[in-house]
Amino acid sequence: MTAQSEKAAAAVGGRAAVPDWVRRAATLNELWTFVILVALVLFFTIAAPGKFFTTYDITQIAVNAAIYLVLGVGMTFVIITAGIDLSIGSVLVLAAVAAGEYNIHHGGATSGWGTVAFCVVIALAVGTAWGALQGAVVATGKVPPLIVTLGGLGAALGIAELATGGQDPAGAASTHLQNSLGFGKVLGIPWMVILAAVVTAVFGAVLGGTRFGEHTLAIGSNPTAVRRAGIPVGRQLVKVYGLMGLLAGLGAVMWLASYGTTSIAGHSTDNLKVITAVVLGGTSLFGGRGSVLGTVIGVFIPAVLTTGLIVIGVQQYWQDVAVGVVLVVAVYIDQLRRKTRERA
Amino acid sequence: MASAREPLLTAHGVVKRFGHVQALSGADFTAYPGEVVALIGDNGAGKSTLVNVLSGVLAPDAGEVRLDGAPVRFSGPMDAQRHGVETVYQDLSLAPDLDAAANLYLGREIVRGGLLGRIGVLDRPAMRREAVKAFAELGVELKDVTAAVTTLSGGQRQSVAVARAVAFAHKVIFMDEPTAALGVVQRARVLETVRRVADQGICVVLISHNMPEVLSVADRVEVLRLGRRVASYTAADTTIEELVGAMTGSLDEPNRTGEAEGAR
Ligand SMILES: Nc1ncnc2c1ncn2[C@@H]1O[C@H](COP(=O)(O)OP(=O)(O)OP(=O)(O)O)[C@@H](O)[C@H]1O
Ligand SMILES: [Mg+2]
Repeated sequence: MTAQSEKAAAAVGGRAAVPDWVRRAATLNELWTFVILVALVLFFTIAAPGKFFTTYDITQIAVNAAIYLVLGVGMTFVIITAGIDLSIGSVLVLAAVAAGEYNIHHGGATSGWGTVAFCVVIALAVGTAWGALQGAVVATGKVPPLIVTLGGLGAALGIAELATGGQDPAGAASTHLQNSLGFGKVLGIPWMVILAAVVTAVFGAVLGGTRFGEHTLAIGSNPTAVRRAGIPVGRQLVKVYGLMGLLAGLGAVMWLASYGTTSIAGHSTDNLKVITAVVLGGTSLFGGRGSVLGTVIGVFIPAVLTTGLIVIGVQQYWQDVAVGVVLVVAVYIDQLRRKTRERA
Repeated sequence: MASAREPLLTAHGVVKRFGHVQALSGADFTAYPGEVVALIGDNGAGKSTLVNVLSGVLAPDAGEVRLDGAPVRFSGPMDAQRHGVETVYQDLSLAPDLDAAANLYLGREIVRGGLLGRIGVLDRPAMRREAVKAFAELGVELKDVTAAVTTLSGGQRQSVAVARAVAFAHKVIFMDEPTAALGVVQRARVLETVRRVADQGICVVLISHNMPEVLSVADRVEVLRLGRRVASYTAADTTIEELVGAMTGSLDEPNRTGEAEGAR
């Protein structure tokens, strides 16, 4: 016991020698991921001078990342509760099909602004409802989130295929939607990027600075303590999975705006991409720790890799290999930290 | 001396069954303001169950609980907390990834004023300020209130859990074996804290299997056996042998007096 307190005292003394902000920065997961991101950018900038670091590439990277970023923000909350949501790609498709079908029957590609607005509401509502439903099942504590959302993945996609016969319907998006959110720019910045940035900033602030965020972190850290503190854990989980669904619905709107089609078969690996980004960003799969800022970095690492490899003329499939390796390393490091941080 | 005052918390004839197991079979309990009362008994005597009933975690099958003389029936731990009754759970019940201040205020966060507060925006500086004050009041020094609780030592963590109860209790604090996992120094710290809290007029109910500890810190000792209170002693007038005898039932005869005193 005495030895232990001596060790603790020594640790405190050792820490005091390092400036406070350095010590704190070093413990930030985001910092390490950010260093990797900067290193990648530097590498590609040097490897392909004048080619990688162009406005076109930056914009293209950002537009490609926008939808994943929006999904990643929701996934950050879910993973922080020690949960997971595999269904996001299917929920996105289901929301897109629901909105698309409405659009087809109300003017198709030439539909007016009123229809566009209603389609947005439909997509957001379908996503939120599906997410909240999954959250309610998770909240019962009887079925693990992995299974709930795996079931949700199949069911949502099935319903979308039933509704469309498995074919992407023509006229799913109004040209108004495509020309505004899809291709529009303000001061040279695409609307897609602005929307994703706003969502990220808002929910980053929610996670870091509000009661909702605090309770989300606490649930992932120790659900029993949270329950005893009088916080309704089940209701919070419904809200968190509902938020994930809402953002999947928003992702559907962004997808329709960008590509004009529902792409029913094109979202089967969204979940893996987004979970990878969140975990790369330092959010712990064991719950309790994570940040939206980390997820932003985590989304951009694969995006930069893809563009960078194309620019330097390497087969972009190497990106999948690289991301896979980095992911496993990231989780391994997270485990190690957890072990060293926790004292008996 | 103590019995001259009005009891703060009393239980009469509390019964709690779990299927065929009768954990409490008509248990009584009495606690006065400003005292440390130890609740002792063999394993399975029903101590935790009684505390769970008294702190709103479990609803009793029969019996009456009175707080300040008025019958109460807590609908849950939150309800008990609203009545000024807090619990330090044996596992401490902290969120290890959050910092000490956040743990102190978990479920009772301080929010900003105005519209920002309405949407749940936290006032972290205020929470940290108050946390530092709360810890200082308990003689606890934390190097860094923004460090995750998991990085604290066992004693510091225990202190955070105790501080959390102390900060919000204005009547009763239950502590289920709060020193069980502690080293000598940390144990002394927690016991000091217990004393200090009681001196502020709060009643501290301490569950412990450590008899010397019980005798050194408690004012009174209530003994539970087979789901019933079998004796109640003033700590200054009893011995470890007497307590052990009452717990195991080998001193059944002399206990009559103890029982009578407790019922008064
Ligand atoms: N949730 C439960 N379900 C079934 N039986 C229970 C439950 N809780 C307690 N019991 C039983 O009630 C009896 C009293 O248990 P309790 O936990 O109150 O004892 P205790 O005095 O706290 O013991 P210890 O000193 O070991 O902590 C035991 O026989 C126990 O098995
Ligand atoms: Mg017990």
